[in-house]
Amino acid sequence: MVTLDHLRATYFEEAAELLERAYAELAALSEGRAGEDTVHALFRAYHSIKGGGGAFGFTRPVGLAHVMETLLDLVREDRITVAPDLLALLLRGTDMLADLLAAERDGVAATPGVEAGILDALESAAKIDHIAREQAAPVQAAAAIADGWRIEFRPHPGLFRSANEPLHILRELAGLGPVEVVADPSRLPGINRIDPEEAYLSWTVTLRAAVARAQVQDVFEFVIDDCDLSIDALDDATEPAATMAERPVATPTAEPAPPDIAAAPNASPLAQSVRVDVAKIDRLVNLVGELVITQAMLAQHEATLPPDLCPGLTRGLETLSQHLRELQDGVMAIRTQPVRTVFSRMPRLVREVAGMLGKDVRLVVTGEGTEIDKTVVEQLADPLTHLLRNALDHGIEPPDAREALGKPRQGIIQLSAEQRGGRIIIEITDDGRGIDRARVLARARERGLVSAEATLSESEIDELIFLPGFSTAETVSAVSGRGVGMDVVRRNIEALGGRIRLESRLGHGSRFTLTLPLTLAVLDGLVVSVGRDAYILPIAAIVESLRPRREDVRDVVGHGQVIAIRGSYVPLVPLHTRFGVAGAVNDYTRGIVVIVETDHSGQIGLLVDDLVGQQQVVVKSLEANWRRVDGIGGATILGDGRVALILDVAGLAALPAVAIPAAPPRAHLHLH
Amino acid sequence: MAKRVMTVDDSRTMREMVAFTLRQAGYEVSEAEDGVKALAALKAAPVDVVITDLNMPNMDGVTLIRQLRAEPRYRSVPILMLTTEGDAAKKAEGKGAGATGWLVKPFDPAKLIDVVKRVAG
Repeated sequence: MVTLDHLRATYFEEAAELLERAYAELAALSEGRAGEDTVHALFRAYHSIKGGGGAFGFTRPVGLAHVMETLLDLVREDRITVAPDLLALLLRGTDMLADLLAAERDGVAATPGVEAGILDALESAAKIDHIAREQAAPVQAAAAIADGWRIEFRPHPGLFRSANEPLHILRELAGLGPVEVVADPSRLPGINRIDPEEAYLSWTVTLRAAVARAQVQDVFEFVIDDCDLSIDALDDATEPAATMAERPVATPTAEPAPPDIAAAPNASPLAQSVRVDVAKIDRLVNLVGELVITQAMLAQHEATLPPDLCPGLTRGLETLSQHLRELQDGVMAIRTQPVRTVFSRMPRLVREVAGMLGKDVRLVVTGEGTEIDKTVVEQLADPLTHLLRNALDHGIEPPDAREALGKPRQGIIQLSAEQRGGRIIIEITDDGRGIDRARVLARARERGLVSAEATLSESEIDELIFLPGFSTAETVSAVSGRGVGMDVVRRNIEALGGRIRLESRLGHGSRFTLTLPLTLAVLDGLVVSVGRDAYILPIAAIVESLRPRREDVRDVVGHGQVIAIRGSYVPLVPLHTRFGVAGAVNDYTRGIVVIVETDHSGQIGLLVDDLVGQQQVVVKSLEANWRRVDGIGGATILGDGRVALILDVAGLAALPAVAIPAAPPRAHLHLH
Repeated sequence: MAKRVMTVDDSRTMREMVAFTLRQAGYEVSEAEDGVKALAALKAAPVDVVITDLNMPNMDGVTLIRQLRAEPRYRSVPILMLTTEGDAAKKAEGKGAGATGWLVKPFDPAKLIDVVKRVAG
């Protein structure tokens, strides 16, 4: 059901899209990529923001949008040209428009007069002394009320050409009060000469109702140019007879030939998209999840039957599984959203922060159409903001410094997104000073994060900046703060099932690469058994699995055990000790070691009893159902109804090599 | 039978507002986001009233009105144009192209219903 709140929400959603569009078109203008429609599209963006906003009484954004629209109209008519000054002004105006709209959306009053400066600047750019704000047309003597009216209505022959219908007009008059209608057929020609598309009849209407002249006039609003009309008060004492002057017929001049629309694309007459509540989609996702579990359960039962007992059942289950996977993909696709929604906020951020820091920076955004789970998109805003601020503050040098280094004065930050396989890669690259590893290492030693003797590889040093509380900024700046936050950024990304990696070259810049899953709801997992429990390992993290020989495993003092694999040593984590599982295989040579890759801790080997099989699992949040457990990314329900925990490999690798005493009390864990 | 109205506007907000208001008043409403799509849809399935914005991508409102008036089926179908701030020149242009009437944005829902009634009966 559509409600006014819903309409408001639609407006703000649309306004956000229009602002995004406006930013994109402005960027096109400033980069000289402007197409034929750029200015028009820009005009329409402000125009639509204004049009919709007016309906909700958002006077301030509407006022600003109106001035910007006027300015664009002048550009459209080639009366002013788009100079860099004007572009900057339009950008500022758009920023302000976004602020004013956000204030309306959140129901907070924007600071009074905050837009006055930009309004003045825009108006003077448009060389407009005064821009008429929307006003109702003044009504002359229209308020006069009489006891009744005598109306002479004589349509011009061409009245029908605009599809106006005198009958509807007479009916509307009758709606105002009792009427007497006298038709005048004197202009009717002989029956042979009647043109059915011409108006011949005239009417005299006596309306006996005390209504305002304006109300009567209003009925004739659309035909006033296509008729002779007089409206006289019945009671002459109330108002002297006022006759509407006869107006010349508005003869349409020769109509320009209709443009050729044959070339227009085959537009479907049906709507191209529907708007659906996210809650409804989530319900679908959940149901599909339940179906996947049921299917797994059926498959498991089927596997216990003697082979060839019922080939039809086996085939049916296979088809079911295949269709289910397609259904799942389809439903997940509904949940995805282009990263544009979050990317589009970044140009403004870069502009503002660069301005504050006195730096000259261009942000180049690519791949904004890349689609990713809606939840992920929403959670990306903070980490991206943080990384961009860092790049601006610590990466890009001030223009003079850049020049001295032989770099262009303008720094470039690239923000890109692309899909690679089942993952989304987002990169933030700057051409700034890069990470000064000597300084990072010195700072880490100073803080006691690294022992003085330790020798670290370049990538190990890069890892240091992700440690909590680490900062190399000489001065604490208002922009990126104390450098607390890179650890938070990493945590946020990992909470999304993603990874973050840093590459850097001193003097040449840095690149942060975020690798994110397409969706958070389903995971391709390997089911492993440990004692009587089952765990899920994300397939994406698995490198290989093997049964070690006795001589492959060694004890390292203070570091537990390692396994030798083709000459390098990988730390071993026996899952049963980690999670306190009784009755599990203790001997490496009788169990299986699964080697998994983690982002910042390299590879680790997990000792499990056995590999059960590969399965797509529906991820249920452990936090939402119980509480957060380090080393566990979530839980799922297996085909046999058992709850299995999904391992968070990065979390496991980061854990100290001691056992976690308490496994979650399974009796209390009900997933939904 | 409920009268059928098509609202043509590139602004989703405006379309939804027109549709919402008229549906409440018992009309059957379809939507199109520009002149090209409206024309295709209108040729495929006739309506009783067309309400169109003037400023739209691909095909603007005035062109749409002209194109519709050139179709025998739409010669006497009322077409209302939505204008902002009572732009006299645009209004005259629309009127010249064959628009039946107009409505100034932002509009009062009651006014919209009145105007549709006025032209469609």
